Amino acid sequence: MLKSLSEITLGEIVIVESITHPYLSNKLIEMGMQAGTELELLYKAPFGDPIAICMHGSLISLRLDEAKYIHVTSLPI
Amino acid sequence: MKIALFGNPNTGKSSMFNLLTGLRQQVSNFPGVTIEKRIGTFKIGDQKHQLTDFPGTYSIYPHSLDEEIVSQVVTNPTHEDFPELAIVVVDSSNLERNMLLFTQLYDLKIPLVLVLNMWDIAEKNGIKIDISALEFLFPGTPIITMNARIGLGKERLFAAISTTNKAQELSPFYDGFFPSPIEDKDAQKQEIQDRYEKLRTILPSIQGKKSSVKSTFSRKLDAIIIHRFWGYFIFSAVLLIIFQFIFAFATLPMDWIEHLFITLSAWLSGALPDGVLNNLLTQGILPGIAGVLMFIPQIALLFFFIALLEESGYLSRVVFIMDRLMRPFGLNGKSIVPLMSSVACAIPGIMATRTISDWKERLITIIIAPLMSCSARIPVYTLLIALVIPKTYVFGFISLQGLVLFALYSLGLVAALLLALVLKKFIRSKNNGFLIMEMPEYKKPRWSNIMISITEKIKVFVWDAGKVILAISIILWVLAAYGPSDSMSSKIRAIKETSLYIKSTEPQKETMIASAKLEGSFIGITGKYIEPIISPLGYDWKIGISLISSFAAREVFVGSLSTIHAVHDENERHENLQTHLKEARRSDGTPVYSLATGASLMVFYVFAMQCMATLAVVKKETKSWRWPFIQLVIMGIMAYVGALITYLILT
Repeated sequence: MLKSLSEITLGEIVIVESITHPYLSNKLIEMGMQAGTELELLYKAPFGDPIAICMHGSLISLRLDEAKYIHVTSLPI
Repeated sequence: MKIALFGNPNTGKSSMFNLLTGLRQQVSNFPGVTIEKRIGTFKIGDQKHQLTDFPGTYSIYPHSLDEEIVSQVVTNPTHEDFPELAIVVVDSSNLERNMLLFTQLYDLKIPLVLVLNMWDIAEKNGIKIDISALEFLFPGTPIITMNARIGLGKERLFAAISTTNKAQELSPFYDGFFPSPIEDKDAQKQEIQDRYEKLRTILPSIQGKKSSVKSTFSRKLDAIIIHRFWGYFIFSAVLLIIFQFIFAFATLPMDWIEHLFITLSAWLSGALPDGVLNNLLTQGILPGIAGVLMFIPQIALLFFFIALLEESGYLSRVVFIMDRLMRPFGLNGKSIVPLMSSVACAIPGIMATRTISDWKERLITIIIAPLMSCSARIPVYTLLIALVIPKTYVFGFISLQGLVLFALYSLGLVAALLLALVLKKFIRSKNNGFLIMEMPEYKKPRWSNIMISITEKIKVFVWDAGKVILAISIILWVLAAYGPSDSMSSKIRAIKETSLYIKSTEPQKETMIASAKLEGSFIGITGKYIEPIISPLGYDWKIGISLISSFAAREVFVGSLSTIHAVHDENERHENLQTHLKEARRSDGTPVYSLATGASLMVFYVFAMQCMATLAVVKKETKSWRWPFIQLVIMGIMAYVGALITYLILT
């Protein structure tokens, strides 16, 4: 099921489907994010925003405003 | 040779820069932009090289202001900072992502040295990189392994720099059109994706294991440090410890500096013949220099802690947990450190805003920082509180005086946040702030990095802000030491004829003459001249004089009040001054220092931009007089209106 990265729960592992951020898509792509990249939601800051995800072994922080443009699907079990 | 240093964030690029150049560094600006440029020199044998550190980026295409300089320089061979050789630092544990920038620079035909940094961690994680296979892919580029944090591999790097082959015509890594136009985001996207595609096909044969596993130690620590309760608890404790240290250890060297200069100027004034030169030196220049040097202990201590937090990896976690709280005010999680530092002193606080990459968020942080009550306001607050707030207790145990002090600090904080809200609406910016940031693993701080950071901050402050502070303090001295034609001498003659003067002892006579001189000086005359403007706030001309002279620095207010009231004050707690001020009366017989006047003055000092050193630093950080001027006006209006409202409510 397609959803945005801002909606997933703590500890969930997801696969990136598409990135549609109006001006930061390229930054995310440069950082190694692409369709098929595995992301794990490791931490949420107090108040639930920003979030920290594990991507290719590095810890990346994102605001929900940025995460909502990253569309993901749950890892098939 | 002109050498440049490139790399992703968190690859140990700064460690590398410090390792090569040590203390032979200086900070200036890239031409035409407000981006800091760190340059250092180092020698290989007799060959001298100049190394420029560039902001950490993931590719040559910019996403924030400070990243723009990278594309400006590398795509323009006629740029004065275009390097003859570039060192690309990559994190060996994350080769795929780090190689993107490298392949772009490779295709720009800049002679390169590729440094596989943090090699030890990669080895520990079981990552094996076939270096000769990598060299085969990028002919002409020496590839070496290093561990810059502990200085391992420096000799290999020196050898590689000396042997780099400059004149080779190489086939590009990427076959498409390159570089993509700076405005064409789609072309850039395609190019980056294509480069990654190629890297993903070739790298698996070069490195054994794909990516590193984040250390379980960092993960366990993060579970506590980012925790919704413990996270804030730990951060508050860290702040508390930092402030304790600053208040305990900064005052001592500050006193030494003060005493040293008092002794020095007393000695000089005796050794030199009397005259203008003597006065200029001992009352204008020396106190000015002392005023600059006085800030060094605070700057050094604050940057020691900030560098420690940054080096250890903790700072990015603070940014993470504070970001949501700061954002409604147009600020960034990164604003928290400058604002907190400003409670000790706004100068290091404003200098610490450099970590905020978004210009708008940084500018707002700079403008509101001086509203946080700094340590120079403490003498003013304590004097005024002792004067007008009774020593009573609320509910029997909360000291009213303490409560007022707390209220003054809170007022500053609230005003700072409200001003941020207003500025957010008015400052335009083409880039929007974001927080896509890599959070590094926790690691042991490296002391030499911390020391270099402190030295650099002090150097910048002394040379750049110091000049302005010295100039303004000389001007203020001239205005306090001289007056129009015979205004000062007539005041002195008048005081000498009073019966009080004739009956006084020698030291009392001296303070009375000093008071008369100040009254007759340019500052004294201005103080009287502005009386109609400040009397609605409940101030008399003596307060006016002290307000003007404390423009140099807030704490001068107390000394200046002593002088103008001709109080000979020897003890530190200003008891003489307090009794004297309590007895001061207006022409109608009411006390000058009523609750309304005292409170109005306190509010004035919470808001007013009474610190030329801060203005000088804001000028230095924003590269123009525009922002310090705007800051001065905004804070001046806030001070006047705030003091007026306070006075009106209380009378």
